[in-house]
Parts: sequence; structure tokens; C-alpha cells
Amino acid sequence: MRYLPLNDTDRSDMLARVGVKSVDELFADIPEDVRMKGLLDLPKRASEMEVERKLTAMASKNTAAGSVPFFVGAGAYKHHVPATVDHLIQRSEFLTSYTPYQPEITQGTLQYLFEFQSQVARLTAMDVANASMYDGSTGTGEAVLMAHRVTKRNKAVLSGGLHPQYREVVEGLSNMAGDRVVSLPADPTGTEDILSQIDDETSCVVVQSPSFYGQLIDLKPIAEKAHQHKALLIAVFTEVVSLGLIEPPGTQGADIVVGEGQSIGNGLNFGGPYVGLFATRQQYVRQMPGRLCGETVDAEGKRGFVLTLSTREQHIRRDKATSNICTNSGLCCLAFTIHMSLLGQAGLTKLARINHGNAVKLKKLLAGVHGVEVLNSVYFNEFTIALPKVAEDVVEQLAERGILAGLPVSRLEPGNKDLANLLVVASTEVNTDEDRAAFADALKEVLA
Amino acid sequence: MSMNTQGRPTAAGDVGESFRPKTFTGNRGLDMEEPLIFEFGSLETTGVDLDEDESAEFELGSFKRTAEIGLPGLAEPEAMRHYVRLSRNNYAIDSGLYPLGSCTMKHNPRLNEKMARLPGFADIHPLQPVSSVPGALELIDALAHWLMVSTNTSAVAMSPKAGAHGELCGMMAIKAAHTAAGRDPKIVLVPESAHGTNPATAALLGYKVVNIDAKDDGTVDLEALKKTIAEHEGNIAGIMLTNPNTCGLFEREVKQIADLIHKADAYFYCDGANFNAIVGKARPGDLGVDAMHINLHKTFSTPHGGGGPGSGPVVLSERLAPFAPLPFIRKTDKGLELVETEAATKDSEQPFGRMTAFHGQMGMYVRALSYMMSHGSDGLRQASEDAVLNANYVRVGLQDLMSLPFGERPCMHEVLFDDSFLKDTGVTTLDFAKAMIDEGYHPMTMYFPLVVHGAMLIEPTESESRAALDLFIATMRDLVMSAKRGETERFSGAPYLAPRRRLDETGAARKPVLKWTEPAPAEVTPAAAE
Repeated sequence: MRYLPLNDTDRSDMLARVGVKSVDELFADIPEDVRMKGLLDLPKRASEMEVERKLTAMASKNTAAGSVPFFVGAGAYKHHVPATVDHLIQRSEFLTSYTPYQPEITQGTLQYLFEFQSQVARLTAMDVANASMYDGSTGTGEAVLMAHRVTKRNKAVLSGGLHPQYREVVEGLSNMAGDRVVSLPADPTGTEDILSQIDDETSCVVVQSPSFYGQLIDLKPIAEKAHQHKALLIAVFTEVVSLGLIEPPGTQGADIVVGEGQSIGNGLNFGGPYVGLFATRQQYVRQMPGRLCGETVDAEGKRGFVLTLSTREQHIRRDKATSNICTNSGLCCLAFTIHMSLLGQAGLTKLARINHGNAVKLKKLLAGVHGVEVLNSVYFNEFTIALPKVAEDVVEQLAERGILAGLPVSRLEPGNKDLANLLVVASTEVNTDEDRAAFADALKEVLA
Repeated sequence: MSMNTQGRPTAAGDVGESFRPKTFTGNRGLDMEEPLIFEFGSLETTGVDLDEDESAEFELGSFKRTAEIGLPGLAEPEAMRHYVRLSRNNYAIDSGLYPLGSCTMKHNPRLNEKMARLPGFADIHPLQPVSSVPGALELIDALAHWLMVSTNTSAVAMSPKAGAHGELCGMMAIKAAHTAAGRDPKIVLVPESAHGTNPATAALLGYKVVNIDAKDDGTVDLEALKKTIAEHEGNIAGIMLTNPNTCGLFEREVKQIADLIHKADAYFYCDGANFNAIVGKARPGDLGVDAMHINLHKTFSTPHGGGGPGSGPVVLSERLAPFAPLPFIRKTDKGLELVETEAATKDSEQPFGRMTAFHGQMGMYVRALSYMMSHGSDGLRQASEDAVLNANYVRVGLQDLMSLPFGERPCMHEVLFDDSFLKDTGVTTLDFAKAMIDEGYHPMTMYFPLVVHGAMLIEPTESESRAALDLFIATMRDLVMSAKRGETERFSGAPYLAPRRRLDETGAARKPVLKWTEPAPAEVTPAAAE
């Protein structure tokens, strides 16, 4: 086996040194009747070439986003990632290192985590950010639990513009943890009355902007009402590129900001691994979940970085910890931070303008298709259209024509007739004018 | 000294070995000091060329950002150099033995990286039409099959994002099963040797954590367990047990433990962090396990990446299988179906909810399957045997000088020492670990598990050659002898030779600096202003 350095001579010599006759003696603690005599009922070892052949065959059955005009967003976005990013994250010293428990020999990881936290804090206009969560959805679940700890209340109000799967994650976790969740009905246009839901029992109100449907939401009045009742505003985003162009949640009064960072540095990967961004105000830092990296000095007075405030964490506090999280998204944060360093403010704002501009162009084209109604007035790179037919069928017909057109809302919200004809579409920098024209033309055909 | 024809010395000669110049840059040869991006990047610079259509229109209403973001940019060569230099301050499996017990720092094959980057896996969207991703469902189903066969279980919840997330998933399935049976037990049993994530997970779900005692040999005390169960009769939801345990020992009485738990109407959650010791040697389903997460980033070698991303699929027994969370793949006559919503479930399927958006860590699934296929049934068993053999080889190489808390018995894939061998030397476990750094090793796991004093948990993994183990053993012996000879300086100030000396963690926590801030401008003295 190519990954195992011991040969049979090594093994027999080593067994003799250990003082046993066979390796099975080392497994003698496993009860005899359950110790396996034969092999698992699985294929035997395979060469590199054979594995490559089989997995490539599986991969080739899938339609890669980059191979067709592609307009699916809804929480994960097709962006161009510079080649430098993927090269650097494959450096052995980053890829095959563990969580930086020994800071003297992991300053590389620690320094990029510190840079990552600094970048996220600036992007969101918040005081502090952690060293990442698994993704945006699990980060949102953790934010709701954190709001409970901060406010000592247990009623969370979720906007109808929150990604439906984020809502399900929050509901599942909160219900199990004994918290109450009030989820408002689907809100494609951003016109729900969330203010009236906020009262003195509310721990937090969770609002996504741009919303799942693409609508930009004014967070300021919601923050104001929440703060009147001593509740927290949790602001969520799934498209981090939007922060290059729109007002950040921090200046709109958010107390906790959670976002999906996949768009920067990370590929689609069928949904994971991604990187959750998590930021808050200074006064809540000790209630935060997840790893935090902090600046310090070494014994010679040189600047260095360490994991810090770990008394919040499970390996120290056990059942009193703020979260059970241990692993974060180290390598995905690295990808994020490298891509963001390459972009800088200048590149990010330009990237954001291109994204928005492309969405405006797409909106105009689709609005010109007979029977199509655009539901959003203000949006970033994504918006929702109402079709005269069931959206799921239209998407299938467009897929047959080689266009991956967007997400039919009914896939995530089945059984709601009002949503059956809604399609969420995104246009990023990867789409060309030809892609958009092909989409509009094909849609015309399908709807004719 | 030999000379070439130009009179230039070619041998090193005697140039004063002990002299270490104080350099202008602070660099020491290849050992470079690297500033933060905020200290040398520029707000004007970008390393990404983008073509913008200047005629584009805006439909942002009043939402446009007005303030500066304050993010510096780097040109591509600057970024390349910055991150390459940072990387060189990291220890990694690829550069040396990484005996971090309970973390399974094994070789990460690059074939797996290559496979995960095939566009058919890396460039597919989680919500593009299911009809356009049959190969993705096939891959997830194939990995699920390998995991279920390896564990002899009935179902697997694939979506958890890491080990701790898998624990949460398993315990949520257990809670859902109790609820479905009209029960509401309040207690979860956890031995003191458990990973911190176990009690943290149980507490997150509102359970009270009750400790179970260990015997002198580090395994669960069956009699004590019986008593605890009797004391809390009818109120126990389950037990969370790591097997092999964190002392590196297999729980011999695991089946009796499972029987006791099942008789108490409770479930057996197994922390699968140490599955690497027994793959192909024993199947958790045969041991009475109801749920177990598998750290794909440990046992099946997806890279640790400096702390993630991980992946923690949870295998489930027949009793828990119906409660597996969304999404899951259903096999039908027509092929594989992706079940994503409650509305699409059948009566026999009672998912407790959803752990995460989308379908879990696809990128990690590809790597893990590539690893498992490469090994096959024979290679997986061989890997476990080599991992256990290597750990025992380290044990016998060190047991006369270091101290085994539970006597000279075989261990599984990791060997646990306590610090009694350091008694009266003035050297602590921490000092000892830091001195290993000067010798070019990443230290073992220290001060965990909590059940022995000054724990040192060594897991060499199957990736180490005999020669690498021999050198490691010889180095450890030299360090032990040095400590016993009273050469405390080698330990108390260590590491001396790493990119950084010991860091002030207390200071970091007392006044946390968690992001870069612009330094205040230096005060301008009247003289300088002139």
C-alpha cells in the first residue's frame, strides 16, 4: 500500500521488539466474538490510476457551473477565484498543519487568522470577528444561541427573508436547546411587518440583507426597535461581495453579524466546505462561539499571535462552554483572506460594482420577457422573478436547453402555492452578455 | 581551506560558529519576519484585474456604502511572497512527525486533492437542478456505503461539518428518538476522560452531564456505571463514550456497557475520534453503538488545514436511522433521490431537522472516498494495524524511562504517559513539550486527557517509517535523560530555536487585541515639525 512506509520485515522486527507474536495480540482487548477475522466486505486496494478513473467517471456525470450559462445563487455563488489562491492554500505548511495549539511553530496559521479577523471586522464594520464558523447557516444557529446567553431570553424572531435552510438550522438547534423561534412567512419583497414581533421577551431578531430573495433590507429601524426592547439584531448575509458596495450591517446597528464567506476564495463544492463569518460588538466578545486569535509578544518581546479567550471553549469549559465547536474552517478562511488581500478595497468595490451591474442588465432582459415580473426594487447581484408557470418545470426545461437558470423557491419551500412560480436568479462577474441573452431567449421560448 | 581558481573559499572553514549577528531586518537567514498585510498593503493596489462596464446602472436605492472599507490590496507577487513566508513559520505533517494524540495527523495523499478539484465535484452548485448532478449523489452514496460497511450500521447522516457537529447531530437524533417514544430523559453520562466537545454537546441540548468513574486501568468501571444507572433510573438519555478511549485503551467491557445502557432505554453514542485504531478490526455496530461520528479529517485523511474544514458524518443504528436529519439520499428502483425537505419524506422517515444548509462537506467526501478506495478493505485493515504497531513500538521504546499510568499493557493507536517520570526534575509537561520543538518535532497532545497528571498523549499514526520512529524514540530518551540530569535550562526557556519563543498567552487573554488597528500617529515634536 503506497501510503504505508512499514514493510513486512519492519513489521516482524517491530512485533518482536514489542514482545508479541502477531499483531492480533495488540488487539486482544477487543472481545473475541466481535474481532474481525476476515476483511470488510469492500473492494481491495486500488492504484492511483484506478481511483482517478472511477472518480473522474462520477465527476463527469455532473454539469459543472463553469461549462454553461449559470445563474444559480441562493446562498452559494459562482465567482472567479484567482489561481494564486488555490496554489497557496495547497502549501504543505498550511494544508497539513493542525489547529495552532503550539503557537511557537504555527505563527503562519495564527497570523493569517489575525488578518482574516481584521478583514472581516472591517468589511462588516463590527468591533471583533472570530476565526470562522463552519458556514453561514451554522453560524446563524450559533448567533441565536449567543443572543440567548447575552439577553437571558429565549424568543428569537426570524425574518421571512432569511434563507429557508438557515431558518431550518436555527429552528432545529433552538428547539432542541429549548428556545422559542417565531419564523415569519416567506417575504420575497421585503415588506413584512417584523417590528410588531419584537417585544420584551425577544432575545434577537434575525434579518438577512440582501435577503434570500435578493431584496436589500433597511436594518436601521429594526435595530432601533430591537434595542428599545433590549433585544439583539442579528444581521445575516449570504453574499459577502455585496459588502463591497452596500452599507455594512455594523453601521446599521447590528449586534451580531453572520455571513457566508464562500464567494471570496472558495469554490461551489456542492455546498461545502465553506466559511462562516461571525462578528460582534466588543461588549459581547466573551459570549462569542468559536476560535479567536489575538496579538501578544514572545519571551524576547517580539510580536506574535495565539489562540485566546479559550476559557469560553469546550476543551477548557466542557459543559459550560459557549459552544461545542472545535474545528473551524481554517483552510477556507485562508482562501478567503488571500483572495481578499489580492482584491483589496479597490478590487472588492469594483468586483461588487460589476456584480451589481450584471444583475441590473439581467433584470432588464428578463423583465422584457412576456409574463415575467421582477419582484425586487433594490437588490445586489440577485433578485426574484415571478413566472406565469411553475418555476421548477421552467428550470428543468431551461436545463435541457443547457442553461442553469436559478433556484425555484419551491425546491426549498414546497407546498406553498404563492411561491410555486418564483425563481431566484443571480448574475455575477462570470456571466457574459451572451450568457444573459441566451437565458432571456431560452426563457422566452419556454414560456411561449 | 580549499580555494577555487578565483581564490574564493569553497569550504565553510572556521568562521566563528557561536557568533549570531543581530540583523537589521530581524530576519535570520531563511527565517523571515513578515509584517501584517495592513502594514504594507495599499488601499489603491489590487492584485485582481477586472473589466468593468462603465455604463452600468445602479439599483441600490439608499443602500450604497459611503465610508471606506479600509482593506489593503496586494499585487500578485506581493501576495505570493507574503503567504509563502507565513507558511514557513508553520509545522506540518509534510515536514515532520506530528504525534498529536487524538488528532490523527496522518499523511494527506495529494491524489485526494486532485480528485476534489475535478470541475464535476468542485464547480457544482448545491442547488442546481438535481438532474444535473447525478454523479454527486453517486459519490455521496458510495462514501456512505463504505462508512456503513466499515461500521456495520444501518444509516449515515452525512451533513455534519466536523466532529463536534457530528456529535451534536448524533445526540439530536437520540433526543428525537426519545421524544418520538414519548420520553424526556434529562441525563447524559460522560466519562471524565472524554473530549471537551462531549459534555459541551450534551449541555447544548439541555442535558445534565453526569460523570462516570474509571477503574485504575483507565477504562469505565462497570460496577460504578450500574450504580449510576440505578440511581437515575428512567432518566438517562444516553452515554457518550470514546472507544478506543482517550487513554489509548480499548474498553474491554464495551458490550456489557452497551447492554446496560440499552436496558435502561438509553442510547450508546460513541465518539469516533479514535476510529483509526480499529477500522477493519472491529465494527462499532457489533459493539452495540447506536450513533458514532467519523472524523473524515482524522481517520480518512482529509487535510486538517490548520484547523478545518473537517467533516463528521454520523453512522446510525437501525433504531436511530429513521431520525437522520435532512438532507439524505434515498435509493429507489429508479436510482438515487435527494430528499431535502420534510414534505418529501415518507412515513418511515422522521428527520429531526437539518444540521446545515445544503448537503455537507462535499469537498471532504471526495477526498475521503479517494482515500478509502485507495486503501481498500485490505489496506484499511493494514493501516489500523500499522497505526497500533507504531504506537506500541513507541511505548516499548520509552516505557522504561517515561511513566505509563496504567502499566505496561498494549495500547491502541496512541500511547499515554503521565508526568511522574519528571518528578523532582523541575521540568513540567509543558517544558518538555516545548523542548521537543527545538528538536524539530511537533509536541504530543499535552494535559489531555484530564484523568492523568501532566498527560502526554502520543499518536504516531501509520504514516511513520521505522527509521522515523527510531529517531523520535532516541530523541525522547535524550530529552528524558537530560531532564533527569537536571539540565533544566534546555526545558525552562524552550523553545529557543523556533520562529518564536514562548508567547504570553495570559497577557493576550487579559487585554485581547483581536484585530489590527492603525497605530496612533507619533506625536509631532515642535522640532520635528519645523
